[in-house]
Amino acid sequence: MQQVFSIPKSIKENMRYTFCPGCDHGIAIRLVAELLDEMGLQEKTISATSIGCSVFLYDFLDIDCVEAPHGRALASATGIKRVRPDKFVFTYQGDGDLASIGLAETMHTAFRGERVSAIMINNTTYGMTGGQHGPTTMMGQITTTSPTGRNREYYGYPVKMAEQLALCDGTAFSARVALDSIPHINEAKKAIKKAFQVQLDGTGFGFVEILSTCPTNWHMTPEQAHEHVRTKMVETFPLGVFKDITK
Amino acid sequence: MENKNWKAENSEKVLIKGNYAIAQAAINAGCEAYFGYPITPQTEIGEYLSAKMQELGRGYVCAESELAAINMVMGAVSTGAKAMTSSSSCAVALMQEALSYASANELPVVLVNVMRAGPGLGYIYPAQGDYNQAVTGGGNGDYKIIVLAPSTVQECIDYTYRAFYLAQKYRNPVIMLADGLLGQMMEPATFGNYPYPEVDTSQWALTGAKDRTSRAIYSCAPDEKKQIQRIYDLFKKFDVITENETSYEEFETEDADIILTAFGSMTRNIKAAMKVLREKGLKVGCFRPITLNPFPTKKIAELAQNVKNFIVVEMNMGQMFKDVKCAVNGLTKIDLINRPCGEWLSVEEIVSSVEKILEKNYAASV
Repeated sequence: MQQVFSIPKSIKENMRYTFCPGCDHGIAIRLVAELLDEMGLQEKTISATSIGCSVFLYDFLDIDCVEAPHGRALASATGIKRVRPDKFVFTYQGDGDLASIGLAETMHTAFRGERVSAIMINNTTYGMTGGQHGPTTMMGQITTTSPTGRNREYYGYPVKMAEQLALCDGTAFSARVALDSIPHINEAKKAIKKAFQVQLDGTGFGFVEILSTCPTNWHMTPEQAHEHVRTKMVETFPLGVFKDITK
Repeated sequence: MENKNWKAENSEKVLIKGNYAIAQAAINAGCEAYFGYPITPQTEIGEYLSAKMQELGRGYVCAESELAAINMVMGAVSTGAKAMTSSSSCAVALMQEALSYASANELPVVLVNVMRAGPGLGYIYPAQGDYNQAVTGGGNGDYKIIVLAPSTVQECIDYTYRAFYLAQKYRNPVIMLADGLLGQMMEPATFGNYPYPEVDTSQWALTGAKDRTSRAIYSCAPDEKKQIQRIYDLFKKFDVITENETSYEEFETEDADIILTAFGSMTRNIKAAMKVLREKGLKVGCFRPITLNPFPTKKIAELAQNVKNFIVVEMNMGQMFKDVKCAVNGLTKIDLINRPCGEWLSVEEIVSSVEKILEKNYAASV
């Protein structure tokens, strides 16, 4: 029988799946693993890992990685790349990590045009701590720390990282993608590939924001969560490529 | 303009400022990248390295903050490279999180703290107020950092070399705790060559998982038993460091009734005060810890057997005093001569303070 689907080589054997049912982290990590395989990067990759649900990246990916404190992954990635420019260096961070506590590190990595790639999982909440209001929480969204919904008086407005990073001179590629459907997953993979490729070509900083579900903290079924991404999240966070200097 | 062209192989004496000496020593030690953020009184280190590292094709980033700078160092050293950052007091406070992570993850981070005065913003005059920050640390959890305290520009060079070596040898962060006085002072010094062997990092460094299993360096520990063991292991390692690396200097302690103790550049003044007091007929010696961590507790306890009085002299409110007191453990009297920051306690001030202490403690006999 012909085998048409298998676990990517860059996924650890016997890995223990720890994400909640319906969470998109699994798909996102799989896409990264497929690309590490297809682009021949696994053996030259060093990743700086992050804090939050994304912390367990090293349980899934069969690559070298070093833990960074909350928000500091892109600083550590910069350090790696500056001494080992021949390695492939990427971060995989949540919205709280990359867009809140690590915003300065993120922006300056882009300003400097570091030859590294960053993936941000945007699920509009702090997932691991149980669903608090965060930098990407949408207007009106109810969380454990915005019990009546995000309003401008108390919380201000959500951060739109893909657009912000597109404004930086050092950013070579910035896109926002979603994982709610097969076409979107395919587009997401293309965007991640591009964000990896600009690093390999020495063009600049590559960034992909992935709209992702958090059914547990959104109090939704996986189907409802994906419907929410498809209909509500894209209104605040439109999909698309916001910068691609290779074009 | 000061001469900035010291050669790595230079065996001649040069007149050089402490901060430049540290920077050039880092280059000689094979530091592959420097990451830093400006703060007085250590800024010359970054200025010097910004030019030299680019000349040499090594790594240099003027980081957006001290938080970023030390995390860049963590990333760089995780690959087996030698890398460092330097900063000062209130900005070193920002690095405490990373020092806890670097200790837990056994990353050979080298940090030079050229101390200024605190608390808060304080000011740029010299002080020794970061003894506790360096020795007991401001990060979370149980961890220990190797701390070296130079007292001359020559030692700034020697201990920079040693910091890089110890960091990799033990896979442990090292702080070189200098101060504004040393950073800004010019003295004759010799660079020589980096005197230590290169440490093999191939068994742990991140180089990409080629022809071997992948490596993950992390402290996240959902497994309680593993975490308990990890901390025991870190402390066992520090026992070995204590055994092998504890260092100090003593001067005329053989017949001493009184031992003056200081660290860093205050050592210079207690040595001078000792001479004056000896001329006055008092049997005074000096003891100076070089490694503030591991602290020479055993040696002080040994000296305390034959001494009447330890007197700690420091530019803070008595931070090392507590460690000396702990080492003396009630065997002798112990006193403190101090000023929180600013103008260094002069030899005359130390001499007169010692005399007052002796009068208070031994009114009948002295």
